[in-house]
Amino acid sequence: MAQPGSAYSLETKVQKPETHTMSVLVDNEPGVLARVIGLFSGRGYNIESLTVSETEHEAHLSRITIVTTGTPMVIEQIKNQLDRLVPIHSVTDLTVLGHPIERELAMVKVAGKGEKRVEALRLAEAFRAQVIDASTEHFVFEITGRQSKIEQFIVLMQPLGLVEVCRTGLAAIARGPEQM
Amino acid sequence: MSRAMTGAQIVLEALADQGVEHIFGYPGGAVLPIYDALFQQDRIKHILVRHEQGAVHAAEGYARSTGKVGVVLVTSGPGATNAVTGLTDALMDSIPVVCITGQVPTHLIGNDAFQECDTVGITRPCTKHNYLVKDVNQLSTVLHEAFYVARSGVPGRVVVDIPKDIQFAEGNYAGLSNSQHKSYRPAVKGDEAAVAAAVELMANAKRPIFYTGGGIINSGPLATERLRELVRLTGYPITSTLMGLGAYPASDKQWLGMLGMHGTYEANNAMHDCDVMICIGARFDDRITGRLDAFAPGSKKIHVDIDRSSINKNVHVDIPIVGDCAHVLDQMLAAWKAKNLKVDKPALKTWWDQIDTWRARKCLHYRKRDDVIMPQYAIERLYALTRDKDVYITTEVGQHQMWAAQFFHFDEPNRWMTSGGLGTMGYGIPAAVGVQMAHPDSLVIDIAGEASVQMTMQEMSTAVQYDLPIKIFILNNEYMGMVRQWQELLHGGRYSHSYSEALPDFVKLAEAYQAVGIRAEKPSELDDAIKEMLDTPKPVIFDCRVDKHANCFPMIPSGEAHNNMLMGDDLTGEDLEKAITEEGKVMV
Repeated sequence: MAQPGSAYSLETKVQKPETHTMSVLVDNEPGVLARVIGLFSGRGYNIESLTVSETEHEAHLSRITIVTTGTPMVIEQIKNQLDRLVPIHSVTDLTVLGHPIERELAMVKVAGKGEKRVEALRLAEAFRAQVIDASTEHFVFEITGRQSKIEQFIVLMQPLGLVEVCRTGLAAIARGPEQM
Repeated sequence: MSRAMTGAQIVLEALADQGVEHIFGYPGGAVLPIYDALFQQDRIKHILVRHEQGAVHAAEGYARSTGKVGVVLVTSGPGATNAVTGLTDALMDSIPVVCITGQVPTHLIGNDAFQECDTVGITRPCTKHNYLVKDVNQLSTVLHEAFYVARSGVPGRVVVDIPKDIQFAEGNYAGLSNSQHKSYRPAVKGDEAAVAAAVELMANAKRPIFYTGGGIINSGPLATERLRELVRLTGYPITSTLMGLGAYPASDKQWLGMLGMHGTYEANNAMHDCDVMICIGARFDDRITGRLDAFAPGSKKIHVDIDRSSINKNVHVDIPIVGDCAHVLDQMLAAWKAKNLKVDKPALKTWWDQIDTWRARKCLHYRKRDDVIMPQYAIERLYALTRDKDVYITTEVGQHQMWAAQFFHFDEPNRWMTSGGLGTMGYGIPAAVGVQMAHPDSLVIDIAGEASVQMTMQEMSTAVQYDLPIKIFILNNEYMGMVRQWQELLHGGRYSHSYSEALPDFVKLAEAYQAVGIRAEKPSELDDAIKEMLDTPKPVIFDCRVDKHANCFPMIPSGEAHNNMLMGDDLTGEDLEKAITEEGKVMV
């Protein structure tokens, strides 16, 4: 069917969505995270992962790492819309700069006995996950790495008594000597 | 240079230092300390409105007609929530407004206290920025920053929420400082390479058109001046959005009239057929573009906008230039002259010939009648009889607004106050109050509809209180005209709830407000009635009874392109039925 045009415009070209990781430097003041999240929800953008923490204490600057998905036009809009929020200092699209270094930390709770328990521990060693809490019935593993590695670890833990998982979301930084 | 005073005094001191002379507001429990401080000074004049929405619209009218920042003062809770419509209106039309809201005392915030609401949370999406001040020593800095943010970049609305204990607390007032804002510094100058490429493209154009918008008005008088210079230098045709009317004189021969859904045939066809579009301070809004995939096909587009996020939002452009209109127009003029560029005269001649054939279609023609006043005729007469006056026009929203845009012509900027983006019925009266406050000796007319005007009618009381002789010119057709028009075109003439079966007697209503009421029912009595209105030195409600079934044409039907307009003079009922496709109907 031909695309009907309209006074309220329809999407005429559907572009392929891409996933981008952005690093946003903001004033660490009350409400700043609400502004960023509100912008995403208000304009219908996706947030796949979001992490935030103060990174420059003296200047009270926080760094927000956002993973988002959208068509190239939407990604451009997200950058421009973020950039015009008053407390935002800079918006950097790390994906455009070229494969950023991305890491995530997860805590994985596994309960079980006998052979399953031994297997969980063996796999944890293979993944360089650390035991940060344990009883005779459970382990809590701490694992750091790329998201794919964490995903894989969680899948392996599933049949071995996986109880729950907590993940930090992605932290990302650009390669090379330059500041963002 | 800092001095100790109460928070309430700091507010007034900061406003005075910002050059504020008038504020529009409504008192309440959580702003009483500021009202008390207001009582004890005479630098700032407060205008008591009748509803907080009216306060914001009045501030918008004030701001739009002067180029200054409009200031609003309201209380917590319902005061703030009532202001939200006005704030959103100012957001959509980029009008600089600073709104100070009272808040319950700090220790009660979050406790569901009396007249408490999360003002900062509620207004976050409808402001450019907002602040909750929790330390009296931060108050003056925040207020000055609020004004900086409101007037920089895309002009905007800023809310400063001040808890009552902060208004009472004593703190230091820090005066105006020149220090830069730590993060917010919008670009004003355009990229030189982009400007150079833009003027080259313009000079090589065969079928160029300027498409301008409210950004020119927001940028200030210099932008208007430079725009006129550039348009005359090139000899290219120019059209504008609803918000940009007046930036280029409507009496000039290069002016094509407004474009868009109810724009002129010549403007929309020229947009559709152009090869180079020079968009300055407009944002490719959906009322302008119509059907997106058929919008100006085959054209190269230059887009000048201070807001980077306006660029490539709806329409892909070839040469984006981020910067303030006045600065970029200056750069364009300089680049044009430095390169000694010449336009393609033969091509331009052919283009103008084509435009003249579109003009000859006389798209705004309507059938005049002797027995009933046609709404278009009413505005034509209003325009004719006020030509020698210093006139400012505000409007409500609907058919009358479009007719005003089509039949009232503006030769200067800042003379036309209307709610474009949000389309807020009820904008006109309070906006007229604000305009008249700023221009006490001018003629201020709200071209209104009888439905819209009742949304904020109570502001007549404000006009009377402050001796503001605003004229409310109501085109009374007893219908929500634009709703009725859409129902006729799209919903088989089923006029669901668009007819007001009970209306006030507007003449008596005017008298009840201690204003003057005038009525005109026949074309023969219209001129005298308008003259009587103009000669009345008091607020007037003019009940102009017009044809109940007139529709606003020309019109780009929903789902259609610019070159497929519905014209008013040759339509039969059957044409109207077929005008909008089934797919189009879904989209309106």
